[in-house]
Amino acid sequence: MTITILQEKLQEQFEGVKSLVDTTPEGFFIPFESIHSVCLFLRDLKDGYFDLLSCVSVVDLGPEQNQFEVFYHLTSITAEIAVTLKVVIGRKQPEIRSVSDIWKTADWHEREAFDLFGVQFLEHPDLRRILLPKDWEGHPMRKDYTEQEKYHGIVVKYDRDDN
Amino acid sequence: MEIQYTYHPDHLNNSEPTKYKGDQLSDGQMLLNMGPQHPSTHGVLRLEVISDGEIVDDVIPHIGYLHRCFEKHAESMPFNQTLPFVDRMDYLGAMNSEHAYVMGVERMLGIEGDLPKRVEYIRVLVAELNRIASHFVAIGTYGLDIGAFTPFLWVMRDREHILRLLEWVCGARMLYNYIWIGGLYYDLPVGFEERCMSFSKYLKPKLDDLEHLLIDNKIFVERTANVGELPLDLAINYGVTGPMLRGSGLRYDLRKVDGYSVYPELDFNVPIGEGKMGKLGDCWDRTWVRMQECRESLRLIDQCLEKLTGDYKRTRDFDPRAAVPKKIRPKAQDFYCRAENPKGELGYFFRADGKSDIPFRVKARGPSFSNLSVLPALSKGIMISDLIAIVGSLDLVLGEVDR
Repeated sequence: MTITILQEKLQEQFEGVKSLVDTTPEGFFIPFESIHSVCLFLRDLKDGYFDLLSCVSVVDLGPEQNQFEVFYHLTSITAEIAVTLKVVIGRKQPEIRSVSDIWKTADWHEREAFDLFGVQFLEHPDLRRILLPKDWEGHPMRKDYTEQEKYHGIVVKYDRDDN
Repeated sequence: MEIQYTYHPDHLNNSEPTKYKGDQLSDGQMLLNMGPQHPSTHGVLRLEVISDGEIVDDVIPHIGYLHRCFEKHAESMPFNQTLPFVDRMDYLGAMNSEHAYVMGVERMLGIEGDLPKRVEYIRVLVAELNRIASHFVAIGTYGLDIGAFTPFLWVMRDREHILRLLEWVCGARMLYNYIWIGGLYYDLPVGFEERCMSFSKYLKPKLDDLEHLLIDNKIFVERTANVGELPLDLAINYGVTGPMLRGSGLRYDLRKVDGYSVYPELDFNVPIGEGKMGKLGDCWDRTWVRMQECRESLRLIDQCLEKLTGDYKRTRDFDPRAAVPKKIRPKAQDFYCRAENPKGELGYFFRADGKSDIPFRVKARGPSFSNLSVLPALSKGIMISDLIAIVGSLDLVLGEVDR
């Protein structure tokens, strides 16, 4: 199993799959509608199934670009190959199908992405905040995030020049 | 700037301090908060336990008490200035975390081949010393959790030797900032190799003592064998890595799989759980794997010391900072780098924009984060006292769970 074989298989099955440049480990761009079926396909591949999801990360491109990128880093333990999947979603209504029914790792990683970026993972079994308290305002990892002035009487926002 | 998103109040409604409400509990069920200020939780971890008498029906871990915005910090400062923050994530294995981070940035810059071999061997040496120290805390505090006090004092004594050695190398006991992008802070101090060799001789019989006192102890075996068994498929599905995954019987170690740094040149085994005292993947297997990994690390240390006093010995003109780049500006790319931390797969995801020294995005994938997420699946239908034994065997560092 190599990346090129994987690419042929994916492009045979799904539309709009493109290989990524300047990405390590090598990987594919996946249209956001088909991310769940692509993940299911990769997990159930006969030779070299991808059984380990290492990481789900979100990148905020900022308000001008108006896009979020979601990255999935998969590993096939049997085939000793790693692959990156990239999905682009809108920033105003960030919604994507959860893959936590395929890999349970995604459960907490998606909760973290929801907490810090506000991405809604559809059909996630338990989408609650994970790192921040429930009454924290906003999603801090967004590029246009501004801290709230006070949290329960504690000053949150400090003038950076003072420090 | 105008905030672009609208914040829905119902985002918050299902993020209450406890997941279960009183009216959701059935007759006879009880909601019990375990932690966050309890020593057996190894940090500030709160477990919401739904129990029926002494039987645990559900466990919901609540984390975030030690959240220090690592990722937000890393977005606001140059690559090299993030290193002290990296130390503070897994504060028991800071050298290993630094090694992983630094390797990632070096590969992005394309300078990983330029490093002198002596630098690589020193990195592996200090990382393996730190791995032993981290496993000692895991084994010692695990014994403490379930009632064995003496082994804790023994491992803390021996860990102190390691911390003093590392303090001699870089000036700090736990948070080192020693491994730099492109090199090291300093060369090893004069006489370190000899001192480290005599320490290695000292530690070998102590490991046997520890194994006799704790791991093979009948009380310990009865307390941990057949408790919290983690099937392999469940472990992989939850992204569990490190000694926990190996305790479930899979020989998966990134030092072997990826073969980074000089690990391919060194000879070491990857111990896996065999279900010697009970079922495969129980708490005893996990602790036993950690114990055996200490021995393997000691072998690695011996081999590194042999190289550092032989082929790559100290020379007058050796400069550990020779390859340290003045300006760290990788070309635009997405990079995921992973390495074997004492707890498992530590990964860093970088987005470099190619225009500045500051990363556009850094995401840290802490192994303890995924290792903790398996806890609810492990603890359905067990006794509350076994829950403590299971949490201890996960070897959590909350600094890394919360980041």
